[in-house]
Order: sequence, then structure tokens, then C-alpha cells
Amino acid sequence: MENIGGTMDPIIEVKDLTKRFGSLVAVDALSFAVERGEVFGLLGPNGAGKTTTLSMLSTILKITSGTAIVNGFDVARQPSQVRRSIGIVFQEPSIDDRLTGRENLEMHANLYAVPGSEKGKRIDEVLKLVELEDRADSLMRTYSGGMRRRLEIGRGLIHHPKVLFLDEPTLGLDPQTREHIWNYIMELSKRENITMVLTTHYMEEADKLCSRIAIVDYGKIIALDEPKQLKEGLEGDIIMVKTEMVGELSHRLKDMSSVKDLKEQKGELKIIVKDGEKFLPRVVEIAANSGIHIESMSIHEPTLEDVFMHYTGREIRAGGGEEYHGVTAIRRRKIR
Amino acid sequence: MSEMLGIYTLWLREVKRYTREKTRLISSFIQPLLWLVIFGSGMQFSNTGFGQISYQQFIFPGVVAQTLLFTSMFMGISVIWDREFGFLKEILVSPISRISIFVGKMLGATTDAVIQGSFVFVLSFVVGIFVDIQTYLTCLPIMILITFGLVSVGLTIASRMESLESFGVIQTFVNLPLFFLSGALFPLTHVPKWLRWVSIVNPVTYGVDALRIVILKSAWTPLFPWQYDLLALGAFDAAMILFGTMVFGQRK
Repeated sequence: MENIGGTMDPIIEVKDLTKRFGSLVAVDALSFAVERGEVFGLLGPNGAGKTTTLSMLSTILKITSGTAIVNGFDVARQPSQVRRSIGIVFQEPSIDDRLTGRENLEMHANLYAVPGSEKGKRIDEVLKLVELEDRADSLMRTYSGGMRRRLEIGRGLIHHPKVLFLDEPTLGLDPQTREHIWNYIMELSKRENITMVLTTHYMEEADKLCSRIAIVDYGKIIALDEPKQLKEGLEGDIIMVKTEMVGELSHRLKDMSSVKDLKEQKGELKIIVKDGEKFLPRVVEIAANSGIHIESMSIHEPTLEDVFMHYTGREIRAGGGEEYHGVTAIRRRKIR
Repeated sequence: MSEMLGIYTLWLREVKRYTREKTRLISSFIQPLLWLVIFGSGMQFSNTGFGQISYQQFIFPGVVAQTLLFTSMFMGISVIWDREFGFLKEILVSPISRISIFVGKMLGATTDAVIQGSFVFVLSFVVGIFVDIQTYLTCLPIMILITFGLVSVGLTIASRMESLESFGVIQTFVNLPLFFLSGALFPLTHVPKWLRWVSIVNPVTYGVDALRIVILKSAWTPLFPWQYDLLALGAFDAAMILFGTMVFGQRK
């Protein structure tokens, strides 16, 4: 990306954007700018306020306070110009499943007043792009989840938007389809020079697709940078040590100058440390000298997951495990 | 221009969806048939005060109006479906104004309801009424006038409802009084005074009256001059469309 770092040519400018639902502050004074042509990611757990932000930027939801400019138009005061400038792929399905794929695309083209002479051409183009030419005249209800998603992404492009919003574009899709859609998005960004803003809670997705990422938690941006920068921001590698004596080991290591951070995570000690490779033998040494038995160790470069942990103290999908517990608990009860 | 195209697009969608649903097309015959044959012939024996026309013939225009009323109200459900299935967002985020969205949906739903109402005319032979093309064509604008306002009410209520269930409940509260107090099933000439007042504020009353004037011709003594009927329906339509666009235009 050419413009990273500078703010040469922002296509989206958000300032103190806030949304309140009663006493709940869903989006809390967000400020950021998106450069023309970049893929900008909003990364955060469910309920962080990503979708609400997108809903405000796409004029579906009223802004409580603050301002947002999209393609030079004020979201609150010029909603119809904003709507003309954007395309959006919603998190939940938003197609008419009693119509065919082509009919859905036609309808979209008409709603955005694509000139009649262009319409057929663009629809064919988009169908080709998302590889649904042969299924274009089947009813949407016969499509698989991945096909629907692809059609929705294609639909968002029919009117040649300046900005494409993608809300959790691969939520609930199988890994293969996910990979497929990632390729589309990357291809699109290269070919069409379209600006994209996507929300996701998949680290891998954000890492792979986004030129810059804003990590959002509780309606606030807690970090914003290129993925590489974010990871390097931790200034070190991650060493995970599995041992019965986490507290003891932690105590021995905490005063060492190269150790940046120590945390207990799922019964393991997580060490963020400069020059991990060199530090690894030292950990073994110290453990051996203090009679601490180490079961296993691993070292990796920081991932966005680590970055998220570092800033929030939580895992991004912390809720997942417990939910499972609930289901299992119910099942157990039933079996009895 | 683009607004017109948008309205056309939304209209086309409603009509396509409707005509693809074979079960609904078929079922649209059933209810009027039940009213005409079962209810109509049952009541035939308990009532003889209609002069030249039979009770079944008397209620025939009423059953047309009933079909329009029930279908119109039911069409409100399309707003709730669209919201449940997420399609509403696709429309709301498009550059089309809220007013056009409402108008497009209203026209689409009106078309569906009028098609459904027209099916009832096919059943006219069952009750021994001869409806020629000209009579039907004269009824058509009246049917459209009846439907505009009612569809607007249906859409407006639905746009404020959280779920299908609650819409169903409200619908019953609206449908049945409007139907029963419209003179569709019994003449309003001998009812108690309060009932008569209620039926005067009921828009369906004017629709039923106008349809009877056209279908039953001289055999029917009009409640109001037909011009009044049309005027009342027109005023109701204008008010409901205006109210509907206002409610639809609001954002959270």
C-alpha cells in the first residue's frame, strides 16, 4: 500500500462516532480514517460494536453523536449520496431466496439505477467473477451457504461502489469456502482498486486480507496499525511453557530485563520476550536450577491473537468454550 | 427517474413472489367459496328479506371486499418476512428513498390483492350472478381504491411489529371488525344506531356499497351515492398512504 502512514487521501473519515442504545454505549467515540484503495479491518470479539459501526457508516442506523464522512459525503446529512457510493455485504443473509441469482442481481442494479445498456454486461461480469454463471437462473433457495455469500459479494459490486463494506464475510462458512472468498476479496482489491472495510473476529482473516487493522473492544479502538506493525509492536516472541509450577517459574523470570510480559494462560506460562530463540535455553536452565519440571515448551512469533490478548487481557473468543459447557451440561442432564 | 425505476423494481418483486406461490393462488379460491357456498346457503333459509336477490347474491360483493381486506392486511407480513430474512436491509441501504420503498411495496401488494379479489369473480356463477367483462372492469378501479388504503394499514402495522405472531394477533383485531361492520354479511339498514355509526367510519363499508352498486345494479338500493363511496375511499387511501410513508420513513 502506498499511502500507509500518511493521511493523503482518506475516503472515510470517522470522528468521535458514538452509538447509544438506551444506557448501553455500543460504539464509544471511534475515530479513524480509511485510505482510498486499502482493505481496512475492524477486528474484535462479538458485541464489540463492529456491526453497529458499519450500520452507521452505511446509513442504516442513526448516529448518536460524532461525524462520519464517506466518499466526501456526510453520513448523517447526505445519506442518499453515501448510499450511492457504497456497497455492503451484511453479516446475515440479505437476498430474496424466492428469486433466482440473476433476478437478485437485476433488482440490485435497478435499485441503484445502473443504466439499462450497462446492466446485462455488469451482471454477467459479476456472475463470472464469483463463478456462478451456471447457477444464475436457479432459485436462491437451492444455493449453498457459500454460493449465497459469493452472490452477495458480487451483488455489492454491481453498481461499482467506491467503498465496499463486508460484515463478517466468512462467518459460518467451511474452511474451504472461506479460503475461496478470501481469494476473491484479495483479487478484487487488486483489480478494481476498491476500498474495503471489513469486520471480522477471525484473526487469520484480518491478518491475511487487511492492510490496516483497528482492534475494537467494548466500542473503542484499542490499537490501530498494519498487521505486521501490530505484531512487531509486542517486540518479541512468545514462549509457552507447560509446567505444574507456573507461579514459581514466573517468579524466577519476572525480573529479567529481556522479559516483556508474563501471563498465565490455560495453565501454561506465556512469556513475551525479545529474541526468543536465545532466551529459550535460559528458561530451561533456570527451571533446571530451581527444580522446576517442564512438561513441554513452544515458541512462536506473535500472532494477532497475542496482540489482542496483550491489549485486552482476554482471548478473542473467550465465550466459545463456556457455551460448549452449557450444551454439554444440558446433554448430560438429558441422558440421565 | 431512478425513484420510478426503484418503485417498479419493488413492485415487480412482490408480483413475482406472489405468482410463484402456487399454493396461495389455489387457496385464494377456497375461502370465498366457503363463504359463498356454506355460509351463504346456510343463511339463505333464515333470511328472505332481499327482494329480487338471494342472500348469496347479496353477500357476493361483500365476499369480494372481504378477500381484498384479508389479503391486503396479510400482505403486511411481507415487511416482517423481509426483515426476518434480512432482505429489508438490502432495500434500506439502497439509494431509493423510504417513500419509494413504501410506494413500491404498496403497489406490489395492491396488485396481489386485486388479483386475488378478481379470482372471486370467477366464482360468480356459483351464486347465479352474471358478471360480464364490463362489470368486472368497472369493479376494478373500486377494488384498487379499497386495496390501496388497506394495504397501507397492513404495511404500517407490520413495520412496527416485532414478530409474525404479534402481527397475526393485531391482524385479527383489525380484520374481523372491519369485515363484520362493513355490511358485507348483513344490510346496515336495520342495525342499531351505534352500529350504524361504526360502519360509517369503516372504509370497507363504502367499498362494499360501491361494489354492490356495480354488481347488483338496480336490485341494490345504495347506502350512499357512488360518488360519495369513491370519495370516502379516496380520502381513506390518501390518509393511510401519507401516514404509512411517515411511519416507514423513521429511522432508529
